[in-house]
Amino acid sequence: MEQEKLEFLKRTTANIRLGILEATYSAASGHPGGSLSIAEILAYLYFEEMNIDPKNPKWEDRDRLVLSKGHTTPALYAALAERGFFPREELKKFRQADSYLEGHPDMKGTPGVDMTTGSLGLGISAACGMALAGKIAGKSYRVYAIVGDGEAEEGQVWEASMFANHYKLDNLCVILDWNGLQIDGRVTDVMNPTPFDKKFEAFGYNVVMVDAHDFNSIESGFAAARACRGRPTAIIAVSTKGKGVSFMENQASWHGSAPNAEQYAQAVAEIKATLN
Amino acid sequence: MAEKIATREAYGNALAELGEKYDFVVLDADLSAATKTGIFKKKFPDRFFNCGIAEGNMHSVAAGIASTGRVVFVSTFAMFSAGRAFEQIRNSIGYPHLNVKIGATHAGITVGEDGATHQCLEDLATMRVIPGMAVVNPADAVETRAAVEWAINYYGPTYLRFGRMATPVIFDPATYKFEFGKAMTLAEGSDVMIIATGIMVAQALEARELLKNEGISAGVINMHTIKPIDRDAIVRAAAATGAIVTAEEHNIIGGLGSAVAEVVCETKPVPVLRVGVEDKFGKSGKVPALLEMYGLTPAHIAAKAKQAVEMKK
Repeated sequence: MEQEKLEFLKRTTANIRLGILEATYSAASGHPGGSLSIAEILAYLYFEEMNIDPKNPKWEDRDRLVLSKGHTTPALYAALAERGFFPREELKKFRQADSYLEGHPDMKGTPGVDMTTGSLGLGISAACGMALAGKIAGKSYRVYAIVGDGEAEEGQVWEASMFANHYKLDNLCVILDWNGLQIDGRVTDVMNPTPFDKKFEAFGYNVVMVDAHDFNSIESGFAAARACRGRPTAIIAVSTKGKGVSFMENQASWHGSAPNAEQYAQAVAEIKATLN
Repeated sequence: MAEKIATREAYGNALAELGEKYDFVVLDADLSAATKTGIFKKKFPDRFFNCGIAEGNMHSVAAGIASTGRVVFVSTFAMFSAGRAFEQIRNSIGYPHLNVKIGATHAGITVGEDGATHQCLEDLATMRVIPGMAVVNPADAVETRAAVEWAINYYGPTYLRFGRMATPVIFDPATYKFEFGKAMTLAEGSDVMIIATGIMVAQALEARELLKNEGISAGVINMHTIKPIDRDAIVRAAAATGAIVTAEEHNIIGGLGSAVAEVVCETKPVPVLRVGVEDKFGKSGKVPALLEMYGLTPAHIAAKAKQAVEMKK
């Protein structure tokens, strides 16, 4: 990847991380851990990969993103704001009664949100429906679904996977955020859904492993997905929960709790330091 | 004797017929032979998608399809739709108010021999409690055909309830007109009004004859739309007769009887007695035996009507 592009994506990612922190701090609630782990993925999707128009969020030929792990709205909203779907100021009103930034994605209320999600397992199925509808209509748009590793404990993820492969949805790219932690602890301790690579392969996907915090790796993963014909791709994105904030990294306790003022200041300082 | 056709059969026929005029797609979960979407599949194989035995996924897939602007029908037994996939319907379809048409068949006790696990007696309750969900329960094949075409042209999540058993054709296809949210008065009456839905409409018409023999004037309303319920028609019926009996092939909790009682209590309090399955699970059996056992015959409706008339005194 060219240095200039890489620098731009890193800056964008840092801004998304700052947005995640601002939103959760302002709301005094929300899910920073699994938001921080997908910041690079969202930066790449919204600024490199997806064919979208922030001025026309309902454009029917657009690529679509379904945040199946819907609790990580802070990352999605920060990315959408960064891309210009709505003013960044809105992040301060995250989860407030007078805001359209719901705790979980609401396609009716928020510009740029393609599917209402939040109940785990449902989003990946909706993404399958969008991909199938694209095939039926002869459209060339692509559909991306971000699924949590804990979410993969939901049976519906595998129902959807059967469907995606049965109907050869090569316009579908599932991204599994493998950050290793869910609310109650390590994913492998709570209810082990691994091995992800073998499971996705067995369900017929083109499987690609990427480093979720390395843009060269992310780029090659999406290129492989785009090149694949006749079956969907599963990108297994190995990530760090809470990535970029030292005291949040690899701590399940940061799955669904917001920073206080002191923690917020420290977290912001750490992210800003990476911008220099 | 009137011609008999199951509403599921009429549903499948309607999809196949209307598929020529409208560009919708149909999803099913390995029950296309029973739900009769197979009739559509045969004619339009490229617009039919079997989802296998995975109903939760199927309903969310339908939401994704609808989000792109295409009309989609999704079919399985009522139990595996409004029951098993309640949460997918609520969160993937209802909350974002997506234009998915749920054609649920095998509702009620008239599933017969398959027994309680397959006899959904809760779907009117679980569907009508979802904000913005239209709930329609056709009384016969003619009404089914009309309701399906209405649903294609209506924007919003819609639950259509169909039965397994062949039931009498009540309406004349030449004159029948489906009006969403508008109750149909099939017979006037001065002593009591029977408000029925689905297969119980034919039963109510028979009950009316039984009552006439006993000198009781009973009216009959076909309440094909459970949500939004026709409040005006209910208030008018309460005012005109002073006594109401509801009749549904559903648990008496949460369905038509509850919906009518809610309106009556808030507007024009009169006795409302409910005919339906009295908070019990179904069982295996031949349909006539089950209708008798669970209190869903014309005689049961007539008995409740007499009781309601007595309560006025």
